[in-house]
Amino acid sequence: MAKYMLLMSYTEGTGCDLPMGEWPPEDIRAHIDFQQALDAELRDKGELVDAQGLAGPDLAKTVVSDGRTSPVVTDGPYPEGKELLAGYWVVDVESEERALEIAAKASAAPGPAGVPIGQPIEVRQVMSAPA
Amino acid sequence: MPGDRVEDLLRTLAPQVLGVVARRFRDFDAAEDAVQEALLAAARHWPSGGLPDNPRGWLLQAAVNRLTDQLRSDQARRRREDAAALEPPPPDVPGTDDTLTLLFLCCHPALTPAAAIALTLRAVGGLTTAEIARAFLVPEATMAQRISRAKARIKASDVPFRLPAPEERDARLRSVLHVLYLVFNEGYTSSAGGSLHRTELSGEAIRLTRLLHGTLPADGEVTGLLALMLLTDARRPARTGPSGELVPLAEQDRAKWDRGQIREGVALVTEALALGDAGEYRLQAAIAATHDIAPRVEDTDWDRILRTYRRLEGVTDNPVVTLNRAIATAMVHGAAAGLALLETLELGGHRLDAVRAHLLELAGDVAGAVRHYDAAAARTTNTPEQRYLLTRAARLRSSRSVQGS
Repeated sequence: MAKYMLLMSYTEGTGCDLPMGEWPPEDIRAHIDFQQALDAELRDKGELVDAQGLAGPDLAKTVVSDGRTSPVVTDGPYPEGKELLAGYWVVDVESEERALEIAAKASAAPGPAGVPIGQPIEVRQVMSAPA
Repeated sequence: MPGDRVEDLLRTLAPQVLGVVARRFRDFDAAEDAVQEALLAAARHWPSGGLPDNPRGWLLQAAVNRLTDQLRSDQARRRREDAAALEPPPPDVPGTDDTLTLLFLCCHPALTPAAAIALTLRAVGGLTTAEIARAFLVPEATMAQRISRAKARIKASDVPFRLPAPEERDARLRSVLHVLYLVFNEGYTSSAGGSLHRTELSGEAIRLTRLLHGTLPADGEVTGLLALMLLTDARRPARTGPSGELVPLAEQDRAKWDRGQIREGVALVTEALALGDAGEYRLQAAIAATHDIAPRVEDTDWDRILRTYRRLEGVTDNPVVTLNRAIATAMVHGAAAGLALLETLELGGHRLDAVRAHLLELAGDVAGAVRHYDAAAARTTNTPEQRYLLTRAARLRSSRSVQGS
């Protein structure tokens, strides 16, 4: 078994640029049902380690510190023109192939009118603990 | 005996046994560890091996044995250990109730709320570290560390294992009630989705508050808090839809409300209000009761709710109370009056936007409502609530486009 982190970003210019608040209500529902069903599937198969959605960019801050003077805290990142991390899964699976299969499924989450959004999902292997 | 019955028994016995051991060894920290180990041993053996004749005595002996073993292995404490080990086993006096002393200790104001919650659930609730960690979605090692730091803090503050002096009693009781209220809310606000085990926190908060009520039956605020929890928890079955979505109070199927809990809550709050000089828990319970006894949403006695919010503002300076009064004001005097009240409020977070959106929707200002629902959705940190706010905005948008076409 190996652990993978699947990172989901909202990226401009992919399948769906419309913010979710502007989708028809039934499409929001279908999207969330899809996410819940995916989590339930991963849990049932004994593969889910953790899955979290991140609060919106309005609440995000970036911190830089040189360790001596006061840290610099700025608002953001804001999503203009760049990727914004929206959430992640950590899965414990038999093979990389399975991790990619889960990522493909997550990427095809339904958007407005049920059309798959096609958000890119970054698949990163989690390094194993030192012996 | 089935496992869950054993678990119930262990949770009842946990604070009783801990009280006896902590008092005898005058070391809450070590006593708490020893009792936790005794509880784990019992949970392993009793379901298959059967209950001992005297479960309480068994736990007491097991905890004392562990503590003596530990003290014996600790050279620095040899002197104290010898004295303790020579004493006969602690007398088992089932009449003694240390629950209150333990609650005061675990909810000590020197602790952060998160630390007090964890320690209370373990020492008074008899939950294992693993169970508490699961409920708060953190690794077990993290929760173990949070609990041991809380105990070190209590040790460092030199809090004696006895009831606080009468002059501190009220302030310390407020800390206890606050911690129990936080445990309840932690379970209640997370009742959706795949986090089912978190809802058990509400049940545990009710059980502990009931225990406290049993010890202090004449305290109106303790009674009020128990009533508030029961009256709020009674709506749980109607509060989420089939796929975990939040259903607001006005749209809940009231047939699903738990009538038994409502009856008990209403009786408790009525009794507590009769004592006079009502504090925040009694008043909040009174508002919850007014909602719960309305057969249909349109039967809600908003006049009474508005009056009670005004009284509540007199006993607390929490701006959320004014936010809620704005809703009640809108229901009695119209949306414009509610919106005017919001203008006076300064409040961070998403709630002000959510309430403003709701009142704008009532007032028929669809564009304004959509704008504020969106703003609230962008700032909430609760997934089901975000889903609710987004859906609300989406519904308004689609109704507007239907009207426009």
